[in-house]
Amino acid sequence: MLSRTADHLYWMARYTERAENTARMLDVAVQTSMLPQSTEDAESGWRAVLGISELEEAFEAKHDVLDARNVLEFMISDATNSSSIVSCLTGARENARAVRGVLTTEVWETHNATWLEMQRRVNKVALDGDPSEFFEWVKYRSHLSRGVTVGTMLTDEAMYFLRLGTFLERADNTARILDIKYHAAKQAGLGDAVTQRDFYYWAALLRSVSGFEIYRKVYRDAITPARVAELLMLRADMPRSLLACMEQVLFNLKAVRNDVSLDTERMAGRMHADLQFASIDDVLEAGLDDTLSDFLENIFELGNRISRDFLVPLAA
Amino acid sequence: MANFFDEMMAGGTGAVREHYREFDSWLQRQSAERIERKRAEADLTFRRVGITFAVYGDDAGTERLIPFDTIPRIIPAHEWNALEMGLVQRVKALNMFVHDIYHDQNIIKAGIIPAQQIYQNAQYRPEMQGINVASDIYAHIAGVDIVRAGEGEFYVLEDNLRVPSGVSYMLENRKMMMRLFPELFARHRIAPVEHYPDMLLENLRSVAPNAVNDPTVVVMTPGMYNSAYFEHAFLAQQMGVELVEGKDLFVNANHVYMRTIRGPKRVDVIYRRIDDDFLDPLAFRSDSSLGVPGLLSVYRAGRVTLANAIGTGVADDKSIYPFVPDMVRFYLSEEPILNNVPTWQCRKPEDLAYTLAHLSELVVKEVHGAGGYGMLIGPASTKQQIEDFRQLLIARPDGYIAQPTLALSACPTYVENGIAPRHIDLRPFVLSGKTISMVPGGLTRVALQEGSLVVNSSQGGGTKDTWILEE
Repeated sequence: MLSRTADHLYWMARYTERAENTARMLDVAVQTSMLPQSTEDAESGWRAVLGISELEEAFEAKHDVLDARNVLEFMISDATNSSSIVSCLTGARENARAVRGVLTTEVWETHNATWLEMQRRVNKVALDGDPSEFFEWVKYRSHLSRGVTVGTMLTDEAMYFLRLGTFLERADNTARILDIKYHAAKQAGLGDAVTQRDFYYWAALLRSVSGFEIYRKVYRDAITPARVAELLMLRADMPRSLLACMEQVLFNLKAVRNDVSLDTERMAGRMHADLQFASIDDVLEAGLDDTLSDFLENIFELGNRISRDFLVPLAA
Repeated sequence: MANFFDEMMAGGTGAVREHYREFDSWLQRQSAERIERKRAEADLTFRRVGITFAVYGDDAGTERLIPFDTIPRIIPAHEWNALEMGLVQRVKALNMFVHDIYHDQNIIKAGIIPAQQIYQNAQYRPEMQGINVASDIYAHIAGVDIVRAGEGEFYVLEDNLRVPSGVSYMLENRKMMMRLFPELFARHRIAPVEHYPDMLLENLRSVAPNAVNDPTVVVMTPGMYNSAYFEHAFLAQQMGVELVEGKDLFVNANHVYMRTIRGPKRVDVIYRRIDDDFLDPLAFRSDSSLGVPGLLSVYRAGRVTLANAIGTGVADDKSIYPFVPDMVRFYLSEEPILNNVPTWQCRKPEDLAYTLAHLSELVVKEVHGAGGYGMLIGPASTKQQIEDFRQLLIARPDGYIAQPTLALSACPTYVENGIAPRHIDLRPFVLSGKTISMVPGGLTRVALQEGSLVVNSSQGGGTKDTWILEE
């Protein structure tokens, strides 16, 4: 397979996954903002949304007021924001178009139809002012895109690079959400004692990663920050956890192994092992903040190495 | 322009022609609603599948659909058989001509084509002089534009020997018709075209450099923003070969390689959909970022095949076109089966004088023009347009040729107010390798505006499915 082809597949999958996670995160932010809260809390909630994608500066360059309307517009439809849902879905489609011959007709048509439909939906969101349906739709299209990939494509290198992109991006996104939410919780003075306010806060986080029902099933107990962290980091059976994502990253990396990729594989293996053999008590003792920022740095480095070993190297 | 040949209705009597009768009786039974629904379905499908083309200099609609018309252009087998024989003959002679020009130049020595017509042609590539290409084939894929003026009266309008496009529309149009109206295919014996990609791959493999056992074929595209990108991707996918851009290829130790996730892989045949000028920045345009540095030297050493070859443009230029019938006689000692449109070469003073005196009746074309740009259609132009063009012509007469305005045949077509005749042409795709072959039919293009003779998609033309009816 051409390196450029692999590159397009990998980024197509990353953009699709990123669009989904952005939609999830925004959806939760909108839900949370409906709870009774002070203006300061509301503002810091929206600031956290921007923080997850490290976009505070870019936002302030365009908007004076930090409120729901502006943040949503910036994160949904602003084409100059490369992390907006519109940019991600366009990026996914452009990458798909560049390799449409490698994709099955169904996969290509799914991405193209998403992109066509997106333009109509985005206008509707602007008119109605209710983005929830749009977020549902983005999630649904992302599910569909993954499903049609697994359901129609040959399990070959093309598939491995798609999966690699999906899980690397998901690992990154889950870690970011967790990082920001823990940080914000600390600042807001949320402790280990479980209050009603805490419940809604952590429940919202769980919902953003489709983890609320899973939590109930796994723990059958009250929601505590430690358990939330455990679920999203260390549970191999939670499909959006860091461990589950790294398992897939490692598997797909092994499947495309070449003469120069062994070091990269070793690095992914180490990251996987660190999660696999950790207990949540160890993590909390070492500091969740530090663990997560180390993890995010490693993910970034891993992405660079994958580009260098297989794809079109990123411009320095 | 009222007098033209109607492909479906016989002139005078208004009776439906034999080969359209079955279709016509089917059409009469269709409700307007069903046809309208099917047309909308076709539109939606083309858009969803992304069968679009880009229009240069058009920012708003960067991706457009080529309008697809659901009334097929039907050609009976006996007419097609004659066309096919003529196409094989013509393309054979054209390949021999290109080979001759880049070797002994016997046709110039024989006084049939003036030497300056070759050397002053921007498409003549001195780099190709004395270079041998596999099987002596230069135009592996030719798209010959044919129009009909009357019963059995076909003319070749243009031989496209560089990077002719449109074959994907031929294939997609057929697929669409079979999907929309399967019942029609049960009622007619329509010659299939779907095996074109297999024929193309076979043809490309047959012209691999000598001594290569299992040649690696690739399709080379300028990239996804090229107007024909859909077709490049489509053909690569249908043939099961890699679609590469210039940056995916590199030259090392006199071979061409592509960059893969497992390291370099040698490439033997490049079906390139990119003009000569952009192929190799070391040899041609140095500002080209689309090409592969060093490609020409590997090509000249015979280690890679380019399809089509470099320098084929010398044979499909409008200034060379008038000589094609002579080529057939010279190389094959046969009488040409296909007609040329009578052509005045404005570089000749007497032809220029005639052209200037008859501008309002003639079609004047730029010698190096393509895509329906830079031409004058006398009868359809205003006095001012004609006068403007006259100045261009006087300033640079050797840049133009003139032809009579042919009454192109017309085919019934859906238009705003129902069905009306619209002018059409036909582009069959002729493959040359060890043998010359083609699928029956080709791409029918239709000028959607009433009276218009310009069928190019960049000028608002549409397409139709083309049926060769087996007898």
